[in-house]
Amino acid sequence: MIKKNKSNIQRRLIPTYIFLTIVSLFSVFPLFWMITAATNQTVEVSRGKIWFGTHLVENFNNLVASTDLWKAMGNSFLYSTVQTLLAIFICSLAGYGFELYHDKGKDLLFSILLMAMMIPGVATMIPLFTMMSKLHFLNTVWGFALPGISTPFLIMMFRQNSRNFPRDILEAARIDGLSEFAIFFRMYMPVMKATYAAAAVITFMNAWNSYLWPRVVMTDNRAQTMPMLIANLAGGYTIDYGMLMMGVLFCSLPTMIIFFILQKQFTEGITGSVK
Amino acid sequence: MNNKSKLGLLAKQKAAGWAFLFLASAMILVMSFYPMVQALITSFKTGSSANMQWADPVIYNYKRMFQDKMFMRSVGNTFLYLIIQVPIMLILAILLAQLLNTRDLKFRGLFRTCIFLPCAVSLVSYALIFRTIFATQGLINIILTNLGIISENINWLGNTTTARIVIIVALIWRWTGYNMVFYLAGLQNIEYSVYEAAKIDGANGWKTFWYVTVPLLRPVIIMTFIMSINGTLQLFDESVNLTNGGPANTTITMSHYIYNNSFGQGVANFGYASAMSFFVFILVAILAAINLKVGDTRD
Repeated sequence: MIKKNKSNIQRRLIPTYIFLTIVSLFSVFPLFWMITAATNQTVEVSRGKIWFGTHLVENFNNLVASTDLWKAMGNSFLYSTVQTLLAIFICSLAGYGFELYHDKGKDLLFSILLMAMMIPGVATMIPLFTMMSKLHFLNTVWGFALPGISTPFLIMMFRQNSRNFPRDILEAARIDGLSEFAIFFRMYMPVMKATYAAAAVITFMNAWNSYLWPRVVMTDNRAQTMPMLIANLAGGYTIDYGMLMMGVLFCSLPTMIIFFILQKQFTEGITGSVK
Repeated sequence: MNNKSKLGLLAKQKAAGWAFLFLASAMILVMSFYPMVQALITSFKTGSSANMQWADPVIYNYKRMFQDKMFMRSVGNTFLYLIIQVPIMLILAILLAQLLNTRDLKFRGLFRTCIFLPCAVSLVSYALIFRTIFATQGLINIILTNLGIISENINWLGNTTTARIVIIVALIWRWTGYNMVFYLAGLQNIEYSVYEAAKIDGANGWKTFWYVTVPLLRPVIIMTFIMSINGTLQLFDESVNLTNGGPANTTITMSHYIYNNSFGQGVANFGYASAMSFFVFILVAILAAINLKVGDTRD
């Protein structure tokens, strides 16, 4: 009886399964195709081959020969890591302060800072470029990272999650004579590990994928990032599709690995400030 | 004595509170608000980056902007993407979230991971993938030819209408799963008993969806709406890498055009670009305000 009921429910869900399968295939296919195209020659790609080929090594060698792949990968890793570490440190300090020390003045300041969310990147890029150029930060990790290390989004995320930080710990630590900053470093940081992980994942991915600002501040090819490198690959008149997709694959690999290993943290990082 | 040290302690705590905020607040001030003021000042100036003077009249750049057919076209394009793509994407995202939230559904995690997967690649990456798939000698044309739907290859990116369609399809592909995740998080906060109650009251699937799910998700819907509007008004990567604004600049977005006028090839016209970017800022602010207002009055 129960079994029959169960199979009935599953039968009624068949249209749902079909729909979800179709959407899933549409979502996955372009990325699957990118990976197979990275193993094929341009001719094969243009002929519509969608399965794996035998030119993986050749495409890779071509890519390394015609671009500064390792340099760009290194740059992207360095820039994104520095931006991530600074961002989660500075924004967690602020989120902690706004939540645990909150008063009228700080709440007002918080709502003013939130307005920065509405400022578009194109509006600040010219003054920021001038600023970075005066500070001699063009083509450096500081030029890349400084505009992105304090964001209203991250501050809000840490503030929201700080509500779960037990006030008892704070009071107990104060009685023990710990200084306010020692409490932050020794009590708050270890307790909030999950929030730090989510914030780090989302910041790293955003930094790795950013394109407009790096294009403005990295005027020298030696300082370019992975998204810039692959965009340049596609700029010529004749495009080697196999090599191009190999570049796209390299640009996507770190973020895809993070996605698969840390999907939970990534999801929390995106929706973290919703709760 | 004891009182004094207690007061000192409180003052110390107060000072510590502000010290925690200081770095982050100062950074936002210097990296967001200050540049915004700078952009406003620059928008009243003309000349090349090294040698700028006040424009005559001071609103010259703004006047020029409204007479610039290309900029107006980029505004039109951006709004076209906004009006068509955002509703389709958000409705699809809610629908998918609702389906994935069905009790008794199997492979839920697998479906969710697949639909969410496009978020794992950068905007430049997926723009290049779509550009390659939709090339004249690309995969889409080959598939359509083999299916007998078309007899001649379509130049997708060489034709204004089809190029815009490709951009919209690409945007839907990249962002639907992203928005779905918000709705899934929102749906998890709705107790199952609410649905049971609706069922007892005789509501069918669609009625439950419209009268129970959507109202309960409203804060999340408004938030995704604001985020999508904000993102669409700033579209850049896709316009540059998927169509390069072409053919003949008929798919160019505002950010792309502003970039071309400041850091693109040719003259760096910082004053004019700043005026246009201020226009974008005002659009974002107005649309976000309208959204929040609409969200409020329905309460």
